[in-house]
This record gives sequence, structure tokens and C-alpha cells, in this order.
Amino acid sequence: MKILVCISHVPDTTSKINFTDGDTKFDTNGVQFVINPNDEFGLTRAMWFKEKQGASVDVVNVGGAETEPTLRKALAIGADSAIRVNTEAKDGFQVAKELAKVVKDGGYDLVIAGRESIDYNGGMVPGMLAGLIDANFINNCISLEIEGENAKAIREIDGGKETLTASLPLVIGGQKGLVEESDLRIPNMRGIMQARKKPLNVVEPSESGTKTEAVKFEKPAPKGAVKLIDPDNLDELIDLLHNEAKAI
Amino acid sequence: MSVLVYIESEEGKFKKAAYEVASYAKEVAGMMGTSVTAVTFNAEDISELGKYGVDKVLKVGNDKLKNFNAEAYADALKQAAEKEGAKVVVLSQSANSKYLAPLLAVQLQAGYASNVVALPESTEPFTVKRTAFTNKAFSFTKIDTDVKIVGVAKNAFGLKEVQADAAAEDFNPELSAEDFSVNVESVDKATNKVTIADAEVVVSGGRGLKGPENWGMIEEMADILGAATACSKPVSDMGWRPHSEHVGQTGKPVASNLYIAVGISGAIQHLAGINAAKTKVVINNDPEAPFFKAADYGVVGDAFEVVPKLNEKLKEFKEKNA
Repeated sequence: MKILVCISHVPDTTSKINFTDGDTKFDTNGVQFVINPNDEFGLTRAMWFKEKQGASVDVVNVGGAETEPTLRKALAIGADSAIRVNTEAKDGFQVAKELAKVVKDGGYDLVIAGRESIDYNGGMVPGMLAGLIDANFINNCISLEIEGENAKAIREIDGGKETLTASLPLVIGGQKGLVEESDLRIPNMRGIMQARKKPLNVVEPSESGTKTEAVKFEKPAPKGAVKLIDPDNLDELIDLLHNEAKAI
Repeated sequence: MSVLVYIESEEGKFKKAAYEVASYAKEVAGMMGTSVTAVTFNAEDISELGKYGVDKVLKVGNDKLKNFNAEAYADALKQAAEKEGAKVVVLSQSANSKYLAPLLAVQLQAGYASNVVALPESTEPFTVKRTAFTNKAFSFTKIDTDVKIVGVAKNAFGLKEVQADAAAEDFNPELSAEDFSVNVESVDKATNKVTIADAEVVVSGGRGLKGPENWGMIEEMADILGAATACSKPVSDMGWRPHSEHVGQTGKPVASNLYIAVGISGAIQHLAGINAAKTKVVINNDPEAPFFKAADYGVVGDAFEVVPKLNEKLKEFKEKNA
């Protein structure tokens, strides 16, 4: 089984979010980048398929050279090789189109992506990719088993879960549950050394074009200070929730 | 030309989110000088939809579509959009809508903006405001395609009643075997519980509660308020509460009207997931807990003393205002 894991290169959760160029660009100054958390759960699940079922695991990112440390980290965790599509990621459709080409060229059976990236939160790349390559698609996936050509997956739905079956090729929009937090792997020294020698292939984009454009960013208005209520005067809290916030 | 809206239902009944997307679609249709066509799946009584601005309903009735199926629903919506010459498709951001939207976008060659929180800034160009960076920023996104798909975030727009009658029309999209290549084997859903996705109020507990045996008072508060229960990540990681209750960046997002956090310090990953809640209340004995910076109302105090007292007062309030 050939697995491709899509890796989004995103600012660490604790990053301060700022914009430059008249609020048109994300300010990467001093920002630490990481593997998108939803993708990391998928990558770790892919490692399981590699170790238990002999799958090969490649990782891919659509982005400039600055994303390579993130791909190297995925290699250090255990992926066999990495692909970087050498273009700036501009919108979900463009990224999905570039990924579709990688999947077709590489003949992958299973593509694992995250349900959304924590930067642009589009939540559309896995579904669009599946649509473009005519593969089956399961989103919000919290459990995945593969037996030959058949997949059994559990999807989180509002208020519960759903068990699904589908045949390969398959695209997964994954999240926590594919593996648990405690299963995530911190690359060890050996992994990091090996990762340096593993192939990281840079491929040129197919210039697929975009359908949307983020024209401007804005930060939320600063929040007012919290109103503190005396624990001996909880009537005040109820009054505020009812009359001021109109929340109860 | 029209604005098409995907109306979700459960066992044939519409949820609040359905009326919210209908209200949104009506306003967009107003901006564009056109009408609203809704698509429903296996819903019998559609009379309520007129109240929220729907002019026409395409009723899909098909036993094969009893369970949600992203591919098949997307195919049906695509055919509805083409039949109506829809320029804008509006849907909610429920798990199911988020599942089908990108599939529909490919089929309609449409640009899709998710997590949209306001009416379009303009319709030419078509620019919408959406959340990004996990609620730490907004992005104004321009959709350049002929057909546009807009995913409206929960509770972002609200309901707008108008008095109108929706005309019903049966609609039978042609579905292929390929539409059903992902099979639903079983659905496991609590039927008598308020879900985090639907809830107006979410009551959430953290490590400060010291152990799963102390959740009774959280559940009691949820009962009084008709709320869903939730928890922080450490709590679900330790197995005190099920994973399905974990809210935060890697858990479920919360966009309820009211969020009450008990014994949750407010790690940045937690706050990222609950930021979209309108009013936030924190109860914590540590005045330095970061949650106090994110909350609207705070009580510094021991949860084991504050919560039972608050529950009594909430009960009285509910009885008086029933």
C-alpha cells in the first residue's frame, strides 16, 4: 500500500498572529512553524500502517523552501520520502489541484490529510482532492483500518459517530482519534540523522490557478476586561447573564 | 438565477442551523435581487421554511438518502444548483455540511469560503468575512468563480423571520452507483442528549474538578440550562470524560451562545476552540488562570462551593422565568 500524508506547515498554536503589507499578509516574523496537528495524527497513523502492514509512507507539502524543516520533521518521525510542490499555497482549490497531480503521478492508494489546517481553517483540501482524483472520501475520521483494498473508518458526526466502509483509493480528512495524543512521536536523534539523508524531492507546480483570494486580514477588536463577580453574590452573575449578555 | 440553500434535517425535522442558513440566503438573495431555493432531503413538512425567507423548496425524497451520504448529497445539490441556475450556494458548518461542501465545490467548479461570519461585504466582487487562524483573526475572502459556495458559521448570523409561503416542488436527482461507494455501516448517536454542535449553552469542566466522580454538579448545571456537557483536553486524555466531549483546537469547536468553564485554566489550545462562543463565563480558584483574560464574566472561587450554589440559583431563576 502506498500512502501519501499531506503536511500543512502552520504557525505553532501559541504564536502571536500579526499581519503585514497593509494587513494583506501573515507576518511570519518570529513565528515557530510546526506540522499541522490534524496532519500529525494522520502521519502517526500512517506509521502504524508502515510498521504493521508494510505500507510505504511519503509526505507532501505545497509551499516554498521555508516549509522544508517541517517536511524534514515528518521524515524524522518516520516517513520514507518527502515531496515539496514548489509554489506558494494560495487557496484550497489550488493546493488540492497540485496535490491531485502528486497523487496521480505517484499512484497512491491512500491519502491522509488533516480535517483542516489551524492557520486558514479552510477545511476543504482533502474533499476537493478526493473530488479531483475521483477517490472515495471520509472526513472527520477518528479511526481507520485497512484490509487489502477495503477501508473501515469511523467518522465523528454532530452528537455521535458513524462507521463507514469504502474501497481504496481513499482520501481521509483526519483528526485526533486516528491515534491518541500519547501516541504522537517526538523524533529521536537517530530519526533526525536519518531524515537528513532521506529524499526530499522538489517538483514544479502545474500552475493550476485559484478560485478564491484572501484580500485582507483583520484582528478581532480587543476584548474588554472580565467582569469579576463575588462568589457570595451569584445573583449578580445570573442578572448579568440574563439582562446584559442575554445568554440565559 | 437564485440563491440555493442546503437545509439539513434530522428524522425529517429542521434544526435551528437550517433556519439560520435560510435567513442568510434570504439576505444574500436580497442583495443580488433574486430569490431563495431550498433543497431538503426526506423532509415532509416544509412550511416553516417560508418564515425564514425561502421562496421555493426542492424536496428530495429518496429512501437511499435516509442516511447522510456526502457524495450522493453533493451530487443532488449540484443538480439542484444547475437546474436553478444558482450563483450562490449557502450551507451550514455542521459536520455533514463541511463534509460535502468541498465535493460540491469541485462538481460546480465553485470557489468555497468556509466559516463565514457575516453577510458579503459586496457581491461584485463577492467578498465575505470568515474566521482564520483558529478564531485569532478574520480573513476577507474574495470568491472569483461564477458559482460561489458560502459556509455560514453557527450563531454568526442569527435568525430573521419574514412572512412568506414557500412553494414546494418534488425533485428527483439522478444518482449513480458511484454516489454510494462510501457505505454507512452503523450510526451511533445519543438521541436524548443535547449535542455540543447544536447547544445554545455548553457547560465544560477541567482538571480543577479533581476526578470524574465530581461531574455530577456539571451535569446538573447542564440539565438546568438545557446545555451540552464538554471538557478540556487533559480531562478526556485521562479518560475522565469521553473524547466526544473534548472541546478545543484538536477537539470539537464551540460556537454556542454561552460557554461556562469550570476548573479550566484556559490553555491557548482550549481557548482557540471555544473563542467563537458569544458569552464566556469562567469559574476558577486561581485568579491568575489565563481563562480570566478571555472570559466575559468570572468568579474566583472554589468550584465545589460555587457550582452547587450557582445551580440552586439557576434553578430558581429558571422556575421564575419558565
